[in-house]
Amino acid sequence: MGELKLMKGNEAIAEAAIREGVDGYFGYPITPQSEVLEYLMMEKPEERTGMVVLQAESELAAINMVYGAAAAGKKIFTSSSSPGISLYQEGISYIAGAELPCVIANVVRGGPGLGTIQPSQADYFQTVKGGGHGDYRLFTLAPASVQEMADFIELGFEIAFKYRNPVMILSDGMIGQMMEKVELKEQKPRWTDEEVIKLNGSWAAIGRPATRERNIITSLDLDSLKMEAHNHHLQEKYRRMEAEEVRYETFQTEDAEYLMVAYGSSARIAQKSLVLARAKGIKVGLLRPITLFPFPSKALKELAPRLKGILSVEMSAGQMVEDIRLAVEGLVKVEHFGRYGGIIHSPEEVLQALENQIIGG
Amino acid sequence: MMEIKDIIKEENLVYKKTPLMTDNVLSYCPGCGHGTAHRIVMEVIEELGVMEQTIGIAPVGCSVLAYDFMNIDMIQAAHGRAPAVATAVKRCYPNKVVFTYQGDGDLAAIGTAETIHACNRGENITIVFINNGIYGMTGGQMAPTTIEGMKTSTSPYGRNLTSMGNPLKITELVAQLPGTNYVSRQAVHTPAAVRRAKRAIRKAFDIQRENKGLTFVEIVSNCNSGWKLSPVKANEWMVENMFPFYPLGDIKVDGKLVKTDNN
Repeated sequence: MGELKLMKGNEAIAEAAIREGVDGYFGYPITPQSEVLEYLMMEKPEERTGMVVLQAESELAAINMVYGAAAAGKKIFTSSSSPGISLYQEGISYIAGAELPCVIANVVRGGPGLGTIQPSQADYFQTVKGGGHGDYRLFTLAPASVQEMADFIELGFEIAFKYRNPVMILSDGMIGQMMEKVELKEQKPRWTDEEVIKLNGSWAAIGRPATRERNIITSLDLDSLKMEAHNHHLQEKYRRMEAEEVRYETFQTEDAEYLMVAYGSSARIAQKSLVLARAKGIKVGLLRPITLFPFPSKALKELAPRLKGILSVEMSAGQMVEDIRLAVEGLVKVEHFGRYGGIIHSPEEVLQALENQIIGG
Repeated sequence: MMEIKDIIKEENLVYKKTPLMTDNVLSYCPGCGHGTAHRIVMEVIEELGVMEQTIGIAPVGCSVLAYDFMNIDMIQAAHGRAPAVATAVKRCYPNKVVFTYQGDGDLAAIGTAETIHACNRGENITIVFINNGIYGMTGGQMAPTTIEGMKTSTSPYGRNLTSMGNPLKITELVAQLPGTNYVSRQAVHTPAAVRRAKRAIRKAFDIQRENKGLTFVEIVSNCNSGWKLSPVKANEWMVENMFPFYPLGDIKVDGKLVKTDNN
């Protein structure tokens, strides 16, 4: 059993990054995730592991620092919140285009615009549909606990380097700010320069020895046929993720007539709604997507024929609901419920929506 | 009589192409200063023997494809962000040699914040700044460094300072910041100027290797296509019109401003 601590989600993800042996964190303060940078600075990671932590002059600089250090083969993490993540989008598109591994956490707050500092799940479209320009996908993990904030650092880097693709940890202000018990992993050593060369030397820009051709990190090709071929390669990679990396969990779906689908904070709330509903004799189950891209479409399609209705529960005006509808291909009615703009729905409100929109509707 | 084969001998060699320039045909217009600027940067890297430790950052602009010509590991950065990219590479590899190669639109307009903050933090990197007073790649639009009265496709009647603002002397500006150690302005339009520019670049890399702070070398250059002049005329125009506004020479040495009329 690893070390147990009571931590905020934002602190847990920062501590997990140090223990993962992350080489660098570049970020810019924004509520409700500033504790990530504050915690890292307080911990003196340059002394603990030699990790570089730098407060950038802007989110534009921060994401391009991530791009640079990732291009040089290092294990790089950053975090921000919605308006800051909007500023990250150009850089994320370049990172995806240049096929660089990195982990980015978005501790989502309500929008649009400057919005609010309270929790929200309204950045789903931006994250899984490609918030920046071009055809690319962000591998997206949705933590529903402080424990998963910590655990998804290791999983995120595993996937980021396996596919050479940016990974987004799509959290929200509730998971980032709340305190829970978290079991921390043992400290991993950071990669030595020799290990970086061994693992990433075939592609990373780390200085060209006379024994190889130069490594170039770019997302540019003025020859459209080459750019189309590069896009084919990217799409093939995304299809591989869809075939091999879908993660989700289900609760009481065996006898379920109705299904709630919820991720992150909403999944925690929906679990309570499920208990309330079952107490009233309503046979409802819950499917919690852990990966939002790739989305558990196949699992939903398999469940659909024996369901009378699906309720998508999200703190947004209804975003993931579109992916659920695509997945079930009209086999079953799918409705959305959620408070948004920084308001968190209660378990009772979710149950009421289930009864009104799905069972009675 | 001496045969040509008698002349082509190692001991008679007065000039050779650095192996750190590739054989790719330069994408620059004939007469452009970029090719010369590329070559002297690569010659310095070769002479220092640091190819294996060097990472170059290419910008967006005419030199976006610098990695096609510089035979070293390179990273192509988003428009204006090269100093941020270079900052992170250098922070992760403090013993490597890291430089950016940027034009005026990239460095002094969209990337002003990254330029100023990398300079102010005193990152141990070298910035090579090509200033030709125009956006060349996109077809000759007005740049932050376009001088008063200069005609471009977006200032077709000449830059009007009242409506279009003043040309930005960003090199003088970064020289004011405590993080810069060496700041110089050079040119590559004559063999003598090329030698001086190369010496400045050599000095910049030497200082970087001593971890003394950021080094910044501006090269005032031409854009004969954008300026709609022949290469020779463009260089004459540059000497007559650009140099009075952007005077050549060292601006900051060993962390201290050089006393000139311009400071």
